[in-house]
Amino acid sequence: MNKSFKPDVNAETVDGGAHVARPHDSAIKHVTGKAIYIDDMAEPAGTLHAYLGLSTRAHARITSMDLARVRAAPGVKLVLTGGDVPGINDISPAGLNDEPVLAEGEVKFYGQPVFCVVAETRHLARKAAQLAQIEYEDLPYATDVVAAIEAGHDHVCTPLTLKRGDVDAGLARAPNRLKGEMRVGGQDHFYLEGHISMAIPGEDDEVTVWASTQHPSEIQHMVGHALGVPSHSVNVQVRRMGGGFGGKETQGNQFAALAAIAAKKLNVPVKIRPDRDDDMSITGKRHDFHIDYDVGYDDDGRILAFDGTFAARCGFSADLSGPVTDRALFHADNCYYYEDVRLASRPMMTNTVSNTAFRGFGGPQGLIGAERVIEEIAYKLGRDPLDIRKINFYGGEGRNLTPYHQTVEDNIIGRIVEELEESSDYQARRKAIVAFNENSPVIRKGIALTPVKFGISFTATWYNQAGALVHVYRDGSLHLNHGGTEMGQGLNTKVAQALAEEFQVDFAMIKITATNTGKVPNTSATAASSGTDLNAMAAVNAARQIKERLVDFASEKYSVPKETIVFEPNRVRVGNQVFSFAEFIDQAYMARVQLSAAGFYKTPKIHWDRATGKGRPFYYYAYGAAVSEVSVDTLTGEYQVDRADILHDVGKSLNPAIDKGQVEGAFIQGMGWLTTEELWWDDKGMLRTHAPSTYKIPLASDRPRIFNVKLADWSENREMTIRRSKAVGEPPFMLPVSVLEAISMAVASIGDYRTCPCLDAPATPERVLMAVERLKAGA
Amino acid sequence: MSSAIRSSIRFLLNDQTVELSGFAPDLTVLDWLRIERRLTGTKEGCAEGDCGACTVLVGRMIDGMLTYESVNACIRFVGSLDATHVVTIEYLNRPDGELAPVQQAMVDLHGSQCGFCTPGIVASLQALWLSDPEPGVKDVERALQGNLCRCTGYEPIVRAALAASKIEPDEDNDRLVRAREETARKLIELADGARVEIDHPEGKTFIPASADDLAEIYEANPKATLVAGSTDVGLWVTKGMRAIAPVIFVGHLTDLQTIEETEEGLKIGAGVSYSMARGAILSQVPQLAELWDRLGGEQVRNMGTIGGNIANGSPIGDTPPPLIALGATLTLRKGSARRTLPLEDFFIAYGKQDRAGGEFVESVTVPAVPEDAHFAVYKISKRRDEDISALCAAFLIELDSDSHVATARIAFGGMAGTPKRATHVEECLIGARWGWTAVQAAQAELENDYSPLTDWRASADYRMRVAQNLLTRFFLETSGAPARLDTSEPLMMEAGE
Ligand SMILES: Cc1cc2nc3c(=O)[nH]c(=O)nc-3n(C[C@@H](O)[C@@H](O)[C@H](O)COP(=O)(O)OP(=O)(O)OC[C@H]3O[C@@H](n4cnc5c(N)ncnc54)[C@H](O)[C@@H]3O)c2cc1C
Ligand code: FES
Ligand code: FES
Repeated sequence: MNKSFKPDVNAETVDGGAHVARPHDSAIKHVTGKAIYIDDMAEPAGTLHAYLGLSTRAHARITSMDLARVRAAPGVKLVLTGGDVPGINDISPAGLNDEPVLAEGEVKFYGQPVFCVVAETRHLARKAAQLAQIEYEDLPYATDVVAAIEAGHDHVCTPLTLKRGDVDAGLARAPNRLKGEMRVGGQDHFYLEGHISMAIPGEDDEVTVWASTQHPSEIQHMVGHALGVPSHSVNVQVRRMGGGFGGKETQGNQFAALAAIAAKKLNVPVKIRPDRDDDMSITGKRHDFHIDYDVGYDDDGRILAFDGTFAARCGFSADLSGPVTDRALFHADNCYYYEDVRLASRPMMTNTVSNTAFRGFGGPQGLIGAERVIEEIAYKLGRDPLDIRKINFYGGEGRNLTPYHQTVEDNIIGRIVEELEESSDYQARRKAIVAFNENSPVIRKGIALTPVKFGISFTATWYNQAGALVHVYRDGSLHLNHGGTEMGQGLNTKVAQALAEEFQVDFAMIKITATNTGKVPNTSATAASSGTDLNAMAAVNAARQIKERLVDFASEKYSVPKETIVFEPNRVRVGNQVFSFAEFIDQAYMARVQLSAAGFYKTPKIHWDRATGKGRPFYYYAYGAAVSEVSVDTLTGEYQVDRADILHDVGKSLNPAIDKGQVEGAFIQGMGWLTTEELWWDDKGMLRTHAPSTYKIPLASDRPRIFNVKLADWSENREMTIRRSKAVGEPPFMLPVSVLEAISMAVASIGDYRTCPCLDAPATPERVLMAVERLKAGA
Repeated sequence: MSSAIRSSIRFLLNDQTVELSGFAPDLTVLDWLRIERRLTGTKEGCAEGDCGACTVLVGRMIDGMLTYESVNACIRFVGSLDATHVVTIEYLNRPDGELAPVQQAMVDLHGSQCGFCTPGIVASLQALWLSDPEPGVKDVERALQGNLCRCTGYEPIVRAALAASKIEPDEDNDRLVRAREETARKLIELADGARVEIDHPEGKTFIPASADDLAEIYEANPKATLVAGSTDVGLWVTKGMRAIAPVIFVGHLTDLQTIEETEEGLKIGAGVSYSMARGAILSQVPQLAELWDRLGGEQVRNMGTIGGNIANGSPIGDTPPPLIALGATLTLRKGSARRTLPLEDFFIAYGKQDRAGGEFVESVTVPAVPEDAHFAVYKISKRRDEDISALCAAFLIELDSDSHVATARIAFGGMAGTPKRATHVEECLIGARWGWTAVQAAQAELENDYSPLTDWRASADYRMRVAQNLLTRFFLETSGAPARLDTSEPLMMEAGE
């Protein structure tokens, strides 16, 4: 707030309240380069820089590690190995003790950190890290899911099975049956700001850590664990991240722990920031999946029995693979009712970096299995996959129970799809495309409409809680703090809008402050799309506490009934009198009213029993659908997205501009996952696509040439969420499944749409061409 | 030979004049800006020229005109800045301190989410705004080929660029326009024609006064690394952590930046960047247009040179295949001695070129496409733009009066250890009637010319299959049946908005 800023006390509505499309709170700072990320902070005097030394084996015993040359390198102050961790050499978020800060004795993937060097500059530290002489004795390894299964690798955590009905009987009974498999690749987050931490030592056992993290409380916990000090000694702060997408939910632990250890040992601030190539080698990604399905269906395409196994490349440790593979199963139904169903996960240990959260958290990989089955049935029956989708939608008598025994109560997919089909002119375009393909030998087109239903809430029920801290100062300005973290999704903006609306003050009166474990404790990760749902509710709860005190005060002071005290835009009506908000607050202060409150929220209604596979893990569902049209070059396998139309449900949007931005961004990111983003390991187990030169995320020119994105403005959350809005971060990520299926249709045209091309993802030009060739050969 | 030797470089940084000496030969502009000048608005996203988070503008005098170009500060060396104007995000707002039109449009249209890519995007869009009064969507996309954004999906950014273009740059809304004459005068003054030599414990930096001076310095220091646009050498430093000293900068040498029409063809100086060459080369060989706009991103094209692309000797460089097919020749110079050889002979083996110590590439001469010849270039990559080729193919054939192949020059990149001609294919085609039978026979011959590798960009099978299919495409196109993706339109567009 500018000092000269004067809120309009005669306004009819507040500026920047709920449901308005206002810019991101940091937008001006973004475009002028003034937004401060951790690497931009002024470094305290004496700050040193840490860099990591990495393994060059996929799986090996370390037979000797000679770090003498590293220690002797110019500017080097300290070299740390696993044995130097003062507390416990472990940062496993699953609490399984399977993830060392620095590997000791044995390395389990190519690129695993084995030592850390601290020097005067980052450049010197990085150069010194090259000088280690490490000898290894190779051990057997498998980097791929299928290879890991064949090699008999363990699961990294307990698998889950969801069951309803009798799937074997259902399969046996079904008039038609199909079996198949699908490979779905992983994905690097490619947040534009890589991982970074800066630790500043304090007195006694205290340390302050600035980290680029979605989960400050976990950083606090892990730093404490590694230092061997209680959580109260560790303060973690984050103002903003340059992107997270799940990649900063647990993956910052290592960097924060090392910065803190080095800072405490040397008693100087220590910063650590890996180079992009190292960041991509050291940190986990979206899980690749291998999906096996065995499905029974009737002649109309109705799915009667669904038996699916979802095996995931988890990497060397559990990390979040348990809940990720669980969520894959929770979404293996997408919008479809399966009469008899069995879904099983196989979280496979592989000799690769430990995979982690990524927008959708396994959900997209589950959902894509469902969509593949629909597609296969359609080709078998010679029908448009959209017809098969509709016939299988949840809805109708006895057709609302999910494989995890939650009843779908808020189903709006029928209306979404119907409206989109109409507005995108789907039917006419599909006909035109089929006609086009008949006369186009080289370029082929395809179109597909795919739906999304996504469950909102952490499946770890206890995560569904949040806190906020709100102060009102004497001048009427507000300080807002909450447990969520800002990574670009506009969380702070939306929470501040909710607060502005609640207090009826202009947005500009609210100062958004860095997330800080000392202000709001025991926070959950900003993840599972839940950031606004949880934190805005907590902030509003804090506001209501303060307002209640204010109302009590005013009612007593002015002897008016409480109902006559109304918070109006930038003013408060007390009976017949009206005070500006600032005046009113100052009066309250003088009367010794507490003008600060800690708010709290926990999501109601949810429960989940993993052992029985039953419960209501999700508070509600978010829905959406997309139609994509593509052109494919059948000589090279190259393609382009000609057009995409989206209709997406965010309930009653808190900020339509930000929500639309999430939908657009998620679509392009999901499209990248399914098209050009390919993780490629060589036969030594080294990830070779570990930089933007080799790992290709979408560019502006990859956008659909026509991109019509609409929010379903009629939708309102039937649950009591913050102003009836719905979560938006993850659900739209799955809309571009329509791109994959449209490419598939273009390829299928080669075989006159009789064979499902069964395209694996990512559908790189190479995979597309190979599918074209397969169909040409009539296979 | 130079009369004067300076021991510092001088350039403009935003509104200041900077004089620097004693810096390391491999000090990057980004590290200098962020660490030494604390201008932290410019970000590091990859340190390899691919993400654009580090984009800044560099103004220099080109043909007497002050021209600002977007460049990647992460792979550009400070030693290349002599007599330029470096402009960072901190200086892109209006002279009155308010948001510039590009910035305002980015705010109004929600062009930033996490904001980390944003300063680089604003810099790229500012360069576009200053240079193109009426950009279309394609122009915006081209300007953004070197900028990654992981959050927005780009839609609002493209909208912002188009919205900003409605406002013309003028003295009130843009500092660079306002100071244009003064800046030009200062840059001309700074370019005093002196050789610069900088000493540093890691090694020496030379900034020659002229091409002749370069010849002299290089002959005396044959082990030195020549740096032109540093779009290859930059990565040796930021990724390979290679020591490159002593370094001789050549990117500023205007006498290596000439483009001349000669009898043999277009003679392009080794120091001509892709951007500078674009107009001349596309008017001589319009078939190169698509390739040219898909080489790197805008920042890389503004820095990278054709000379560097050739001298680097990479088997996946994009200019050699078409230039070989066109019969280009290369002129090398050592001291005052020059020699000219067919470009294809320059590439001896993987990592080995026909270039002696102290010898540099002076120019490449590109003959025009013979009248009536068929010529086409195809670049195949995982992602359409700003991606390294999985393979790159160039076909040139001339037919005689009854449709027999009279000459054939066919070259591929990405199919062998060097850019290489498909001699078996050529032999098979010459004399044959240009038709399906010949094409099919030629496709089989590709297997005798190449045994490509499998790597992360493509498998050997894919490379071979596509190479064969591209011959099909070339044949289709010569017979008037063009079918390229970029001409494919959405069906029934009117149903859109
Ligand atoms: C993000 C990115 C994308 C890219 N995309 C592509 C692409 O799509 N296609 C492609 O082909 N390339 C691509 N490149 C590489 C391409 O930009 C370089 O090959 C470029 O052309 C090299 O020119 P330069 O002036 O930057 O050379 P430098 O990096 O300065 O030098 C390259 C080599 O040439 C030598 N050299 C330079 N000038 C001379 C000279 N006059 N005489 C003798 N030796 C000399 C140097 O010593 C060095 O060995 C890309 C690079 C980046 C960073
Ligand atoms: S930092 Fe990515 S291009 Fe320079
Ligand atoms: S706004 Fe986050 S990368 Fe562009």
